[in-house]
Amino acid sequence: MRFHYDTSYLDQTRLLRYPRDKLVYASLLLVLAIVPFILPRYYVGEITYLFIMSIASLGLMVLTGFTGQVSLGHSAFIAIGAYAHTWLMTLGVPFAVSALGACSLAALIGLCIGLPAIRVSGLYLAMVTLAFSIVVEHVLGRWSSVTGGHSGVSVPSPMVFGLNMGGLVPFYFLCLAVLTLTILMLHNLLADRTGRAFIGIRDSEAAAAGLGIWTAGYKVLAFIVSAFVTGLAGVLLAHKLQYLTPEGFGLILSMELVLMVVIGGLGSLRGAIFGAVLIGLLPTAISKLKPILPSAVSGQFGLETFLFGAILALFVLFEPGGINARWMKFKALLQTFPLYRKDTFRRGRSYMRSERYR
Amino acid sequence: MDGQLAHILQLAMNGAAIGSIYALVALGLVMTYKATEVLNFAHGDLLMASAFIGWGLITVAGMPFWAAILLTVAITAAVGYLLDAYVLRIIVGQPQFAGVMLTIALAYMIRGGVSMAFGPTSRTYPTPWDGQTTRIESIVITDLNLVIVAAALIVTALLFAFLKGTAIGTAVQAASQNHLAAYLCGIKVKTLNSLVWAIAGGIAAVCGLLLAPIALVDIGLWFVVLKALAALVLGGFGSMPGAIIGGLTIGIIEQFAGVYLPDGFKDVMAYLVLIAVLVIWPRGLLAEAHGRRV
Repeated sequence: MRFHYDTSYLDQTRLLRYPRDKLVYASLLLVLAIVPFILPRYYVGEITYLFIMSIASLGLMVLTGFTGQVSLGHSAFIAIGAYAHTWLMTLGVPFAVSALGACSLAALIGLCIGLPAIRVSGLYLAMVTLAFSIVVEHVLGRWSSVTGGHSGVSVPSPMVFGLNMGGLVPFYFLCLAVLTLTILMLHNLLADRTGRAFIGIRDSEAAAAGLGIWTAGYKVLAFIVSAFVTGLAGVLLAHKLQYLTPEGFGLILSMELVLMVVIGGLGSLRGAIFGAVLIGLLPTAISKLKPILPSAVSGQFGLETFLFGAILALFVLFEPGGINARWMKFKALLQTFPLYRKDTFRRGRSYMRSERYR
Repeated sequence: MDGQLAHILQLAMNGAAIGSIYALVALGLVMTYKATEVLNFAHGDLLMASAFIGWGLITVAGMPFWAAILLTVAITAAVGYLLDAYVLRIIVGQPQFAGVMLTIALAYMIRGGVSMAFGPTSRTYPTPWDGQTTRIESIVITDLNLVIVAAALIVTALLFAFLKGTAIGTAVQAASQNHLAAYLCGIKVKTLNSLVWAIAGGIAAVCGLLLAPIALVDIGLWFVVLKALAALVLGGFGSMPGAIIGGLTIGIIEQFAGVYLPDGFKDVMAYLVLIAVLVIWPRGLLAEAHGRRV
């Protein structure tokens, strides 16, 4: 495993540290730029969906992966972003203003949900967010003058500075641009003082407070940033779905987001994207696999739910670091090839530690 | 008795019946939480699965009602034991979040497995109390509701008798207070923790079998675990009497919210209570005596 050898404080904040990184990311961007002109339309739509899910997953990663605040109700912020944006667009507000407004509303509500996080943490926070997302889903179903209720509401097509971005390929590039900007923004935020404060709070709140970090403020800030980014994903998702119903923003979506973050690997932006790609592709992969499977299995309702659970269980049990940790181990294997020892990453013996009276 | 009072009593009685189920579910959650520090999100799915097992045994296998119920409780208890002994044991020592994720994963697997095995349709099974009611003055109570309250009382009484009155029960309490100290006293902590999971599984099965005649045997039955979380938080997390009081209170609040508050509040009342309690008063009604981290 390559350990970062820092010679100055600026080393940590640099976006691309090694020459190889530049090559890798440049070629990735190039591939993503040609892809929509080569692949069939169906796959372009799928990749756009993956971009949107990656943004949402990044939003949750800031909160859960970096600050250690568990949220089981992040679909609520996606829903708020999507519905607020749709409502503003139908009022005739331009796209950029409307998107910013919707994200700001999500961030504001994130602030309100973040305030209890000062007092409650861990399991209790998970329950607060879970309850919050259920309440939001019910409110969306009832408040029909704004949200269209259970019958749903259709989303106007996105006009960005007079250009219609509603087409498949333009929308693909819009999502790609937003995703890239989000990654850059979050990288800057997390590589700096704020990010170090977040990680400090995650690893030991008492130690962070002892070092003079304003823990309450940073916890709320993490919620605001997370809600803003997740709301942004909601804005794009509204255009992707083109028709919103409250059922689309239920517990299942929240759980998928948590799955993405955990399976991807907590505490890394790369992991959020790995997780979003894997979980976002899973339904498609299952539907592709179905013709191969015996009909006794493939015809069953609930196969997807079962596989989601099984994948999550396997990761939690055998690779708690997620795909990102697996990827690092694979890289270490390649870089130190003949000298690689399996025990490098062996987990030590662990005992029950109580978090009850900490 | 005047009409208004009768109406209120009627509502309270209905609320107490559904609240008893919440209380029992919350009791199962709090037991496993105290023993292994895992908040079991799969509890609701065990409950749902046991309702399906009960349906299968009664209508498909044609077993007598009581035998089917006993067998279902035994099966679910065995599942609970095995889950703790072979699955949750692997993540001992990891942060609480790992336990939450693992039980959510198990919940998904059970839910997926049940819908693969039984399909998405709802069903119902006959009980000896179908359509029977009892009148007390002007209040009409279905016998099913009486049975639910009675069952909740019996299960709770048995549980407290077990915990307070038997040597194993005392050992379970010791193990859930301090694993290491209990282990040094010669208590088999691992076996006892699995036993607690088995008991919680059995209670979940009882809840599932009681809830199914009201709400149909359906995949959606697992949702009751979310209401039970509200009950748990209201009662004071980690307190067993608190879980019972919280469950009953949530059940009654829901009934009254359905009548006296605008349409739609009944469904979200439990969650609003959960949020309000955690924000304003995180200790709940009966908090544990020592300080705890929320």
